[in-house]
Amino acid sequence: MSDPVLEVEDLTVSFPTEDGVVRAVRGVSYQLRRGEVLGIVGESGSGKSVTSMAVMGLLPASARVGGSVRYRGQELIGAPDKELQRIRGGRIAMVFQDPMTSLNPVYPVGDQIAEAVRAHNDVSVAAARERAVDLLAAMQIPRPRERARDFPHEFSGGMRQRVVIATAMANDPDVIIADEPTTALDVTVQAQVLQALETARAATDAAMVLITHDLGVVAGSADRVLVMYAGRPVELGGVDDIYYTPRMPYTLGLIGSLPRLDGRSERLVPITGAPPSLLDLPPGCPFAPRCPMRAEICDTDEPDLLAVGATDHLAACHFSADLDGRRPEDVFAQTSLDSAGGAR
Amino acid sequence: MLTYTIRRLLVSIPVIIASTFIVFLLVTLSGDPLANLKGRNPPPSPQVVAVEAERLHLDQPILQRYWTWITGVVHADFGPSVRTNVDIGHEIVTRFGVTLRLIAVAVVLALLLAVFVGVVSAVKQYSGIDYGFTFAAFLFLSMPSFWFAVLLKQGGISLNNLVGGQVVSTIGERSVIVEGGTWAHLTDAAGHLVLPTISLALISFGAWSRFQRASMLDVLNSDYVLFARAKGLSRRRVVVKHALRTALIPMVTITALDFAALISGAVITETVFQWRGLGDFLVSSVNERDAYAVLAWLLVVAVAVIVFNLIADLLYALLDPRIRYE
Amino acid sequence: MSEHLSTVAAPTTRPVSTVKQRSQRELVLRRFLRHKAAVISLVLFIAIVLLAFVGGAVWRYGYADITPAASVPPSAEHPFGTDNLGHDTFAQVLRGTQRSIEIALLIALLAGLFGTLWGAFSGYYRGLTDSIMMRIADLVLTLPLLAVAAVLTRATSGSWWFVALVIAALQWAYVSRVVRGVVLSLREKEYVEASRALGATDRWIIFRHLIPNALGPIIVNVTILVAAAILVETALSFLGLGVQPPDTSLGLLVSEADTAVSTRPWLFYFPGAFIVLIALTINFIGDGLRDAFDPTQRKVRP
Repeated sequence: MSDPVLEVEDLTVSFPTEDGVVRAVRGVSYQLRRGEVLGIVGESGSGKSVTSMAVMGLLPASARVGGSVRYRGQELIGAPDKELQRIRGGRIAMVFQDPMTSLNPVYPVGDQIAEAVRAHNDVSVAAARERAVDLLAAMQIPRPRERARDFPHEFSGGMRQRVVIATAMANDPDVIIADEPTTALDVTVQAQVLQALETARAATDAAMVLITHDLGVVAGSADRVLVMYAGRPVELGGVDDIYYTPRMPYTLGLIGSLPRLDGRSERLVPITGAPPSLLDLPPGCPFAPRCPMRAEICDTDEPDLLAVGATDHLAACHFSADLDGRRPEDVFAQTSLDSAGGAR
Repeated sequence: MLTYTIRRLLVSIPVIIASTFIVFLLVTLSGDPLANLKGRNPPPSPQVVAVEAERLHLDQPILQRYWTWITGVVHADFGPSVRTNVDIGHEIVTRFGVTLRLIAVAVVLALLLAVFVGVVSAVKQYSGIDYGFTFAAFLFLSMPSFWFAVLLKQGGISLNNLVGGQVVSTIGERSVIVEGGTWAHLTDAAGHLVLPTISLALISFGAWSRFQRASMLDVLNSDYVLFARAKGLSRRRVVVKHALRTALIPMVTITALDFAALISGAVITETVFQWRGLGDFLVSSVNERDAYAVLAWLLVVAVAVIVFNLIADLLYALLDPRIRYE
Repeated sequence: MSEHLSTVAAPTTRPVSTVKQRSQRELVLRRFLRHKAAVISLVLFIAIVLLAFVGGAVWRYGYADITPAASVPPSAEHPFGTDNLGHDTFAQVLRGTQRSIEIALLIALLAGLFGTLWGAFSGYYRGLTDSIMMRIADLVLTLPLLAVAAVLTRATSGSWWFVALVIAALQWAYVSRVVRGVVLSLREKEYVEASRALGATDRWIIFRHLIPNALGPIIVNVTILVAAAILVETALSFLGLGVQPPDTSLGLLVSEADTAVSTRPWLFYFPGAFIVLIALTINFIGDGLRDAFDPTQRKVRP
């Protein structure tokens, strides 16, 4: 097995706000190997986007970042901006959530791609433009030479996202971080954009971090999955481990709330309640208030992320052993009524 | 774009007519323009008064008087002035030139200063520099222009006394007699421009720098600036090429709109520094109840407002590829 | 970035949550109090108002009193000195401050009220009504304040409330445009829809739903209008087109002192400094209110 290209170790991020310190990320660790796709799943506010912004070194100045992020062994946290500039867009590229706002409205898209090329390569403007046209062609944009001169507003959402992906792959990066790349798009174009991402990843042989709240997206694309809740990783494992033998009630709940198209008619099982505020989190497991398996220890001790069952499968739950072989409806169904009543 | 321009100009004609009509009514109803004449000692004969009344079209009903005026304007005839020695059309053109010179220089100065201060403030938000610039902007925003102008004038006089010569002029737009060639005329004009320009520029600077700061902050917090950073561009390049370029678009509009407003705003500056510009023309015309002169002034201001509104919109289309007029 | 903010705002089901649900009013107040310059300005402004109205009433000289000391510089007897006739400048400045504040507040009240109603009705009814009402507002905006005020004060006595009326008659259009913009977006909100479905009258919706919810921008704009009104009134009075003697205002005092600025500078500096102080404090209060009502403008302070 090759050395990891990206190692994140015990990453913490907090933001001072008017009401106190928001601890957005509380100890995230993962490793990414060449060509591997890691899916990060969680509700909004679980810290998955903040984690990737920390990797890119693009958090606002007020953020306090701890822990370690290493690219091929080189520490990025606290590295000088000059150094980060070389890595950003060059070695680690990013695709943002909303293609409608990630492109500058006043420049033609070709120029914006060429700009990324020239930021990392000493080439002429003409050569960079030529590369931009090639990239647009690779992203299946029709008539790329003419389209390169068009402005972002002349493209549809799905096409803009492909322009963004073209920009991300411009410098053959080792890592592509895609932050909810399909969330802002129409369902009909989501598949195209995922396809474009896979094309870009395959062309550059990069590793990819695919951030999403949609387990369906992850199932089709990821090799491994990291589930986050309230700023913490709560389960990490191979995509099959996560789908077929989840060991954390939250993961189980996420799977239970996913509609199935394979003909088995089951009731969807909702997770009641909402994620906790990240201000002054009380002790204990942050999922406890919504958890059907909650016990006394859950209110006092926050469980560690520990190995369960198969190799490379980690979960953070005091009762992960009890979850072996249980299905969402076993855990959630009979209690969902009570807790729904309790929450209202 | 041309059709759009023409349509915009046509649409604004009714606005000009309505606006001049209201002001015409106000001036006409505000008092008797012959009061000065009638108040003379010894009183003028009724014939003299009647001749003067006829010259000023006072014998016509009000609506007809307005009609006479507006049809005259089409033929570049701005109507008779109460002051017999004044040709309104000629006077307004000369004075417009004087005021325009003052405003143009002041706007350029204010704009450069405001953009610089606004950008630095936004990039260094909540730093000591930002707080300093914010206070300065609010101070100039709260400064009555006449007080500030008199203050500057006083400062100019002290400076001249200190140096023992005429460094900056504090009265008028040019010296009565200038000896020497073009160069002497130019330096003379420049010397007269310094103080009024500063006083006019700093007042606009207050509001504009706040606007530039807000617009810059908006852009700096946008996704595409973050994405530009994610591409690996340097902070400087992102601020200048991506943020400033886009943040200037609304600023251009504000400047164009305020440019017209400054024509009436310059009244105070002109009064303090005794420039014979449009402002001084308005004040004296009002004092004389010179209805046609006030209307001529209003016409110039209204046309300027409309033209600059149009320029603002056209510039917007030029700078922002998302905007297209057909 | 937006993600963690939304988490903070999200209501939590955890009963022991330490983030209390605060009312909108509390939040606005809290944010305003965090704006130090605004709080200091508010205290200063109240102090100036008290000084002008209470201090003016108890001060040993009236503004029209002619004291035996003519043209004396500031002293313990006359803190701001006297003019060439022997008027106590301190008494005159206090009186001028009263007038200027009265005028500015009256303008804000009239223009704020009328502009709010105009904008709310225009935005609520849309269509032809909106077009007509907004064209009228546009027309008012094209009338140059200086010319209209000049003409009207010439024609009348130039009493202070009339000056206020003239300025308000031209300034309301700014307020109406702002309110219309807010109402246009508010009227599409679900609660307005719900209210309409329940059979509420137009008037009820405008007064119970739209105007109260547009109050933030209205308050901010009216505050800034007060600062602008102070400057407009003093400028008009300076040109001799505003408040007329024997009444006085800060602008009139500066204009009377204009010629004496090198010989009796105290006559010029004190009224001018009061104008700056009043306008500055109100502008900062407006800035604080803007931050308090619209926190999205604000990043987290480091």
